[in-house]
Amino acid sequence: MAKVTLKDLSHSYLKTQSSDADWAIRGVDIDWNDGGAYALLGPSGCGKTTLLNIISGLITPTKGDILFDDKVVSGLNPVERNIAQIFQFPVIYDTMTVYDNLAFPLRNRKIPEEEIKAKVYEIAEMLELSSTLNNRASGLTADGKQKISLGRGLVRSDVNAIMFDEPLTVIDPHLKWILRSKLKELHQKINRTMIYVTHDQTEALTFADQVVVMHEGQIVQTGTPVDLFEKPKHTFVGYFIGSPGMNVLPCQIKGNDVIVNGKKIETHQQIKKNNFSKTEVGVRPEFISFSNEGIPVKVLSVSNTGRHKIVDTESETGKIKMIAKSNEDIPSGSAFLKFKKEYTFTYGDSWIIE
Amino acid sequence: MNKTVNQKAWFFVIPVFVLVAFNAIIPLMTVVNYAFQETFGNNVFMWEGTRWFKQIMLSERFHASLGRQFLFTFIILFIQIPLGIAIALTMPKEGIGVPVCLVLMSMPLLIPWNVVGAMWNIFALPDIGFLGHSLNALGFDYNFTQQIGDAWFTTILMDVWHWTSLVVLLSYAGLRSIQPAYYQAAEIDGASRWAVFTKIELPKMKKVLTIAILLRFMDSFMIYTEPFVLTGGGPGNATAFLSIDLVKMALGQFDLGPAAAMSLIYFFIVLLVCWVFYTLMMRNEEKS
Repeated sequence: MAKVTLKDLSHSYLKTQSSDADWAIRGVDIDWNDGGAYALLGPSGCGKTTLLNIISGLITPTKGDILFDDKVVSGLNPVERNIAQIFQFPVIYDTMTVYDNLAFPLRNRKIPEEEIKAKVYEIAEMLELSSTLNNRASGLTADGKQKISLGRGLVRSDVNAIMFDEPLTVIDPHLKWILRSKLKELHQKINRTMIYVTHDQTEALTFADQVVVMHEGQIVQTGTPVDLFEKPKHTFVGYFIGSPGMNVLPCQIKGNDVIVNGKKIETHQQIKKNNFSKTEVGVRPEFISFSNEGIPVKVLSVSNTGRHKIVDTESETGKIKMIAKSNEDIPSGSAFLKFKKEYTFTYGDSWIIE
Repeated sequence: MNKTVNQKAWFFVIPVFVLVAFNAIIPLMTVVNYAFQETFGNNVFMWEGTRWFKQIMLSERFHASLGRQFLFTFIILFIQIPLGIAIALTMPKEGIGVPVCLVLMSMPLLIPWNVVGAMWNIFALPDIGFLGHSLNALGFDYNFTQQIGDAWFTTILMDVWHWTSLVVLLSYAGLRSIQPAYYQAAEIDGASRWAVFTKIELPKMKKVLTIAILLRFMDSFMIYTEPFVLTGGGPGNATAFLSIDLVKMALGQFDLGPAAAMSLIYFFIVLLVCWVFYTLMMRNEEKS
């Protein structure tokens, strides 16, 4: 168990780098506390798997340091770092039994056979694999195999961290939910640092205490699921998390006033400076309501999800989505929208203006 | 699910059946015809029953060539399979080295059999051949046209040169299809290089290796042209493998009956070994 720290970490798969786009990850600074459950969330290609492989030691970063409990481990290999990793699809040793699969990492470390036996039985019990211990591992279903991969990480009681690289990709939807709860339960039981990479916001938000959102190789925000929802620090977090995502509208800043579609609106922040090339206002559909005055829009369509209605409207400078109660009457034609002040933020060059 | 019964569909099989009949069944039946009869030409045949089969099965000459054949096949399998895997393991996985290696590896496979035989014949000639001359210059008493051991050594070396590439290419394909995550997981599990080879690479290569062994078994068991051009079966009968012996009997001595019987026995041995081997491999597969 250990605290994992990344210091000014950058990595590029190219030999020479000329622009930001050449970096798979750039300038990542983060602390993962001992025993925490973290999710690394981002779209495909944002660098999250690269970051994970750097932590586990499968990739050596171009720049920066990795520290476990404040000791630099950048030059160490995965075995020396003593981490466990679970991959996108189950990795099992086909010719071995489930028991031998689970015992494999321990046998490689020359641990006495009785100790191995006790540990394997304990982990098999925890993962509900006890009844299949003597079966060939290749005969198991995908979720069974993924449990073996997970088990191989758990048998070593001294691992510094357990990393998951989209571990539920090949699992059936109804089993996904079960395995996810299992992971959460395991985390509470063994209390080890877990880092879970995913592009699925539901997975991230249900698994983790702290979610780290990545975008184009950078960490854009770290926070609890509530933080990410209520106060996105970057417009990307706004529309990547939430369904539908945050509305982002261009705005002008005149003095201390924020102007959208020619109307002054109230936002959460006090605007003190304006040196941005692009300014935007972001507000989630959940925090918009119809009103007698405000932003003039045309109602385009309404879709009822059962729990609520999603209303598509069009303003002068772009579409705005809003969520209304399922029993609410939706005006047709033109209407006015009002944004809730506490949940309306101004962004300069995509980052929130503090 | 109910299957639709449609017997008319059998008509679609007719073209294939006709083709197979012309290129396989009819020629084979001619051989069967000769195997049970005696002929003195002019299309006169006399029924002989199983006489030729008994004669071949009891013939020491057949036993000797069959023994030589099995020995040869086992030796080349024993060399080519491990050597092929070893070369595939050391081949580069990316960069310019990949096409270079693949082309170099494919070269021997593209050379016609009798050219290979002729090449090695000249290459190994004790007086003017590079190999033969060098060996003699180094103090070895080497002459593949007169010494049995040298003839075997040269034939095996030639076959290894000609066909190891096939095993290399198949093994390489098998190795390349292994997902990188397996290696990463093994690294994290602290597996040794040997464990990675035995627990990941070999099991994942099982299918291509089965094919490699089957192909190399069949090809080497039916080998004819290369040793015929290289040694002509000699010295004496030392490298007269089954095919060479068969052709001697059929065309050299014109013993059509015994030669036909021998062909059929030969054919059944190949069929039997392949079937047994394949069934064993597949049964293993089902268990897992």
